Amino acid sequence: MPEAEKTTMHVNMGPAHPAMHGTIHIGLELEGERVRGSEVEIGYLHRAFEKTVENRTWNQAIPYTDRLNYVSPVINNVGYALAVEKMMGIEVPERGVWIRMALCELSRVTDHLTCNGAMAMELGALTVFVWFIKAREILYGLLEEATGARLTVSWARIGGVTGDLTEKFLAGLPEAIKMTRQTVAEGNKLLVNNRIFIDRTRGIGALTRDEVVSHAITGPLGRASGLNYDVRRDLPYLAYDQVKFEVPLGVNGDVYDRFMVRVNEIEQSLRIIEQCLEKLPAGPVSADDQRVTLPAKTQVYTEMDPLIHHFKLLMPGHGIRPPAGEVYQAVEGANGELGFYIVSGGTDRPWRVRVRPPCFFPMSALSKMIEGGLVADVVPAFGSINMIAGELDR
Amino acid sequence: MAPVVDQGSAGPLFQELKGKFARDIRAGWQEPPIEVIVIAKNSVARVARHLRDVLGFDALMDLTVVDYLGYPGGKKPARFEAVWYLQSFGSGRRVRLKAAVPDTDPVVPSLTPLFASANWLEREAWDMFGVGFKGHPGLKRILMYEEFSGHPLRKDYPLKEQQPRVEQIHPGVPPFGARPKALGGE
Repeated sequence: MPEAEKTTMHVNMGPAHPAMHGTIHIGLELEGERVRGSEVEIGYLHRAFEKTVENRTWNQAIPYTDRLNYVSPVINNVGYALAVEKMMGIEVPERGVWIRMALCELSRVTDHLTCNGAMAMELGALTVFVWFIKAREILYGLLEEATGARLTVSWARIGGVTGDLTEKFLAGLPEAIKMTRQTVAEGNKLLVNNRIFIDRTRGIGALTRDEVVSHAITGPLGRASGLNYDVRRDLPYLAYDQVKFEVPLGVNGDVYDRFMVRVNEIEQSLRIIEQCLEKLPAGPVSADDQRVTLPAKTQVYTEMDPLIHHFKLLMPGHGIRPPAGEVYQAVEGANGELGFYIVSGGTDRPWRVRVRPPCFFPMSALSKMIEGGLVADVVPAFGSINMIAGELDR
Repeated sequence: MAPVVDQGSAGPLFQELKGKFARDIRAGWQEPPIEVIVIAKNSVARVARHLRDVLGFDALMDLTVVDYLGYPGGKKPARFEAVWYLQSFGSGRRVRLKAAVPDTDPVVPSLTPLFASANWLEREAWDMFGVGFKGHPGLKRILMYEEFSGHPLRKDYPLKEQQPRVEQIHPGVPPFGARPKALGGE
């Protein structure tokens, strides 16, 4: 059609747009304020995660998994480690399992706080964002105490974790949980019954249960549309079958329901952390398995056998070598099912590491969410996905 | 701990499919809670339709390709292997379909008419491995840019290959990452 006869206008939103988090381009076809068509373009943060990991040793992949979902890196660490452990038949000691679970849930809380806070901010509720980020900062402080870093934690190892939790972490946790509860409650007071917030989120970006299933959307978005699925409950890993928690569900599948599902999930995650604190068993945190676990440094520096063992695990061509084969391990990431499909060739490097990125699937349905709506509603619809470019583009 | 892969025993789903698609079903084993079934590549659309409409596997959870060029862990029937991961949210059953895809004819039927999630997944598999999907409504690159040549996750694509998008503004200045002449670079 000649340009003069066209009734729609093409508008590029992103990639350099503050609400697109710097890495998404949406080509919008607008008729007045209405979105008549759209094309979502991803890949601006592609940095060849899968190719890189194929060329690193098994444990060297852990820091790269941090950079997948950098808002909840512990879950990614643990997911990858679980996959390799499944492949090698390694059982992590109970204390290792429970502290992994506690930190996974702590990460889920930070992730949901970020998503809900950022989405509220994009709708103008800056106060809530600042409160939530303040709460997140305290949780990040705890994570730093436990792992040594706020974001790039590289904390899990194949066969266990880098170290036990410190006294300071355990002492600070109850206070942090209390403060998070208080902050979430205060933030909700400003939003949940707020006329402006409800008008901007109810009925916006809605997906039906059938659409969610067809797009394979899991996690908070799936649950907001009524898809009753949570990997932690339906395919228990770690010790999720030994703690009590509920799986919150939405009805309308719109932005408001997604917000509320995340709010309720924060509470459930805090409940799990409390149960972890209560039941935390004593003992070692890493498997006593010569194939994967490094000997203690005190032994390495003083005895011959541990020294040889240390080098056997770290020299090129030696190290961790899972048997040839393949495995799929799913964990519940903050955005849905995070899957690692790993193929081993029996060498010290993975043959293939495929990540099932949880936010890839809602992103593929973004066009469906925004078409027919107003251009201003693109922002809350996109914000409710909690798009994390690190895992989306890999 | 029980062995992860039980190569010996094929699961109930394998028997069901074997009865219906005798010639297309090659092998099956279990990797609890997932059943693994090896099929002929051209039958995937038929098998997936049966799984979706009759057996209630309502979601295509994941789709990927593995390049087995020079694989040290045993002989493979073809260079590529396409992997589909289907799930039934109703019954909680999961199945991984696998099919050998030869280098000479790297095309498999598209599942986009059956599952909305297949659209982007197939674009990614095409982008990364150069495996085509017959019947896809718009098979184009998704993570790499359009002008990119080659498929980066193929084993014969060099790890440090560079394809700069921007022309050299200052000829004579080595590209980013190249060794300077004084240090033995070109």
